[in-house]
Amino acid sequence: MSEPMKIRARIVDGSAHIIVLMIHPMETGQRKDPRSGQAFPAHFIQRVTATINDKPVLNLQCGPAISKNPVFGFRVKGAKSGDKLMIAWEDNKGEKAHSEATIA
Amino acid sequence: MEQCRVNHLRRLILKGGGAGGVLACALAAGLLRPTRAFAADWNKAAFESKSLADALKNIGAAGAAESADILVKAPDVAENGAVIPIEVTCRMEGAESIALLAEKNPFPLMAYADLVGGTEGYLNTRFKMGQTSVVKVVVKAGGKQYIASREIKVTIGGCGG
Repeated sequence: MSEPMKIRARIVDGSAHIIVLMIHPMETGQRKDPRSGQAFPAHFIQRVTATINDKPVLNLQCGPAISKNPVFGFRVKGAKSGDKLMIAWEDNKGEKAHSEATIA
Repeated sequence: MEQCRVNHLRRLILKGGGAGGVLACALAAGLLRPTRAFAADWNKAAFESKSLADALKNIGAAGAAESADILVKAPDVAENGAVIPIEVTCRMEGAESIALLAEKNPFPLMAYADLVGGTEGYLNTRFKMGQTSVVKVVVKAGGKQYIASREIKVTIGGCGG
């Protein structure tokens, strides 16, 4: 089971400040195993989507250059305390995860 | 060597854990949210572009205008190229997307964010860079493309073995 994401979402000056941390190796495909000389196969998150009350707010595509255990911070105007935030990701191997949080 | 062994072990654990995770998530997704789908596909051409010019062209930002309204907060010198924090704030109205590119990375395009439904022109993340490079931030606002540059020096690379 993949580890759950850590989400922090709170209202600051009328907009929701959201920070999410995902647990993922984000292997670039460039790094070589020094014993075999073979590159570790690329394994990275490609798409991240966020919705608030089922309405999309962020569609993010990323490459392998995003750091291991990616962090994304974004801000949504008009969101209210108590709104339901859902964040999902999918990686290049088709693995998926999603997490929900309530905006504080 | 110690490092390799740990990494190898971690890889095995991830491999073993991954399959169960997929199954569980697939089940959860299927049972709870059958209609949820990813709205934006992955722009393969842009993410696999090997030069900055190609990457910019593939995200439709070839003729982006330099702008002082894109504030890029990042360290001037990154001690660890594997984790470089970056914070982008757009001062212009109606930012629709933010793209991050590192000129000297093997694949320059690092991330492309579509901001929809009230999301502000702001993005905060951490990225990897193997060597000192210029980082470009492309913002689309009101149908126009804007670009800002920032050089970040890297003392220890984050992409090698």
